[in-house]
Amino acid sequence: MTSVLAGPLSAINYAEPWYVQIIKALLIFAIGFSLVPLVLLYERKLLGRFQGRPGPNRVGIYGSMQPLADIGKLLFKEQFKPRGAIGWLFIAAPLISMVAALATFPLIPFSGAPQEILGTKVGLYGLDSDIGLLIFFAFSAIGSYGILLGGWSSTSKYSFLGAMRGAAQLISYEAAQGLALLGVVMTTGSLSLSEIVDKQDHMGLWFLVPQIVGAFIFFVATLAEINRTPFDLLEADSELVGGFMTEYGGGRFALYYVAEYVHLVVAGAMFSTLFLGGWNIPFWNGAPGFLDPFVVLAKTLVIVSIIIWIRATLPRLRYDQLMSFGWKILLPLATLNALVTAIVLVAL
Amino acid sequence: MEVSADDEKTGSGGHAGGPDREAATGSREQDAPATKGERDRGAKIADQTSATTPEADTDGQPDEGGGSSPSADPQAESPATATATALQERTEREAEWEELARRYRADEATIDFSTQLGAVATQDEAELLTINMGPHHPATHGVLRLLTTLEGEVIRDVKPIIGYLHTGIEKTAEDKAYWKVIPVVERMDYLAYYFNAMAYCGAVEDLLGVEVPKRAQYLRVIHLELNRIMSHLVWLGTTMLDLGAISILWYAFRERETVLDLFEYSSGQRMHTRYFQIGGVVEDIPAGWATKLQRFLDEMPTRLDQYEAMLSKNEIILQRLKNVGVLDARRLQEWGVSGPLLRAAGVPWDLRKATPYSSYDDFDFKVPVGTIGDNYDRYAVRVAEMRESVKIIQQALDGLPEGPTITEDRKVALPPRHELATSMEALIHHFKLVTEGMRVPEGEAYFPIEGPRGELGCFVRSNGSSKPARVHMRDPSFVNLQAFGDMARGEYIADMIATLACLDPLLGGIDR
Repeated sequence: MTSVLAGPLSAINYAEPWYVQIIKALLIFAIGFSLVPLVLLYERKLLGRFQGRPGPNRVGIYGSMQPLADIGKLLFKEQFKPRGAIGWLFIAAPLISMVAALATFPLIPFSGAPQEILGTKVGLYGLDSDIGLLIFFAFSAIGSYGILLGGWSSTSKYSFLGAMRGAAQLISYEAAQGLALLGVVMTTGSLSLSEIVDKQDHMGLWFLVPQIVGAFIFFVATLAEINRTPFDLLEADSELVGGFMTEYGGGRFALYYVAEYVHLVVAGAMFSTLFLGGWNIPFWNGAPGFLDPFVVLAKTLVIVSIIIWIRATLPRLRYDQLMSFGWKILLPLATLNALVTAIVLVAL
Repeated sequence: MEVSADDEKTGSGGHAGGPDREAATGSREQDAPATKGERDRGAKIADQTSATTPEADTDGQPDEGGGSSPSADPQAESPATATATALQERTEREAEWEELARRYRADEATIDFSTQLGAVATQDEAELLTINMGPHHPATHGVLRLLTTLEGEVIRDVKPIIGYLHTGIEKTAEDKAYWKVIPVVERMDYLAYYFNAMAYCGAVEDLLGVEVPKRAQYLRVIHLELNRIMSHLVWLGTTMLDLGAISILWYAFRERETVLDLFEYSSGQRMHTRYFQIGGVVEDIPAGWATKLQRFLDEMPTRLDQYEAMLSKNEIILQRLKNVGVLDARRLQEWGVSGPLLRAAGVPWDLRKATPYSSYDDFDFKVPVGTIGDNYDRYAVRVAEMRESVKIIQQALDGLPEGPTITEDRKVALPPRHELATSMEALIHHFKLVTEGMRVPEGEAYFPIEGPRGELGCFVRSNGSSKPARVHMRDPSFVNLQAFGDMARGEYIADMIATLACLDPLLGGIDR
């Protein structure tokens, strides 16, 4: 087992030759980026259907070019910076958001055993680390810096309020999110994402069933983590205009925007990996390996659809309600869930 | 660069930074000399007067200054006195202005302009953050400006500043013939155009003493209630949008479209229809309109059920609305608040019941009231009002009497087209009405009606000519907005937005 990130913290379960890794890295980057416009279009179309309207349908066939037109428009706009903005932080903040969002994408395993592609064995993931889950949490924590710094450095009061909300919200929900996964980690006995899926494969049971409470808490906390309704307080457009990105425009705004949708995809994929059995197809053990990535994507799509559905239905929580919900309901529930899981595991 | 950035940061953080405070003091010092200068000028004028007055008094006596003064001539006495009096008056006037200016400045001093300077003024208030919401803000329902003082997320003070949508409609109305004023006043409260027209037409009809035919009254009721439903639908959609429930907006606007289609069918316009005329309505409803209306009336209650299924049982909505923005009935009445806001606090005050106009006493409907006057009651009252409106329209449609749709008084209403070819008198009436308009006897009239936002009254004064001497609207949005500060103080910033939305202010009506 050759270790690329040789160090005391991690061991890589399977690593390919360096050239395969470079190609893989580029591919993952490309896929991650091309998923964004697709999800963008999907969300707008689906929201339109929920709201009794067709959604975008002018640009391209079935409105397919709309996201590209939007992003293109943003990229060609003037790079505006408020006079009082703290220059380099103002520029760096969206980049931090973007990098942190993209960095979590390679952690998602898209298949079990390494696939045979052109005579080379390739694992369909960017990195299968022993501590994959920890890396995921680390990067989502770094992602919140993008929001904090962006809101703070643009020296707008709306941005500032948005950033303050962001700080409080992300911190309080990260705790519940992490604790909710303890059940899964304890049952598997590993933090590696591919091993978590393998465990579900062996049990013949998705973690959604035994860890239903954990799944619920993780889902809710993830909504807060990626700033989706009903927890989209950071950019509550009716109160804070645009929240932490009020002062951002053009390409920098596009970075935040894209990061948000990468987060959405990663959240969906992470949930399907942890609780919906990843590439596992129920009642079909002999499924061919090339189906695996599509199964993961299909499950991701389901979760993404649910998140969009929630956005179409639910109103926004108030700041204090959000905090008390996080600390008083989710966190005790997550702790209880971890305790009960531990007791059951020991008893069995 | 670094230093300036640092200052800005401190300003946005709500801590009064040194330079910012200096700026604040500086501007005040700039104010002070200006005031002083004005006082000096006043004093100078006073000096001049005192210098002139003795001169006038000692008129006729040898000049003490020794110069050749024309005032030695006794005949010059009266002009000199006149000048003195004029100067005296001017001094008094100046003093009056001075007093007014002083009062204005005192008023102005209560407005917190510290937002423009970037920081709050004193050390005690260093924890406060003044934030300027609007006039361009997505949730201020138009161009309302809210100077909001925040402590964290809690509102300590909020001051609505209006006037960004002033159109001078009331003044414009004075320059138009009576019947040409209707389309102008319709554009004040742009979601209640039938109500504006009704209030104005009612006032002019009172002055003229014109009897409106029964059919016209019923048609007016149908359109008024349709308009009320339409206005409440826009309110529902935008309020829920402010709470973050985006889909309701589209559902509400879907039904609104149906209403607007009905308006278009009956009058040719979707908004600002100019359907109501002085003395009746402009023409009868077209064939097939009643069927379309019936279809809408059958559909609307089920739609309302759907909204309530989506909203009234939604835990987040309930948490956001209940016990928020509470103001008791007494305080509301002190502010002069009327309409759904007052009814939500438990006062069954509805002008349709209290002083029935346009045959409202013919219909059987209830006045929904709330209990404590929080945002939830405001929501519930408005939804219930839509149901009652549907009932009223149904009754009016079923009992729609036959007859003319506008008064037979040829001095007020245009003669029918066919008469023009046969009757000379009709031709003359037509000519006079179109070129000059109707002459309204001298007098004043105030006509209050129950608008979707409260008491909408129109005051018209006539001086006997064909143009109104004064048209004034008592717009409910304007009066209701006064209570906003009381409602919002101590709430969270998100609740302030919800409260403002539940207040249902319409800037077109507020600024006029």
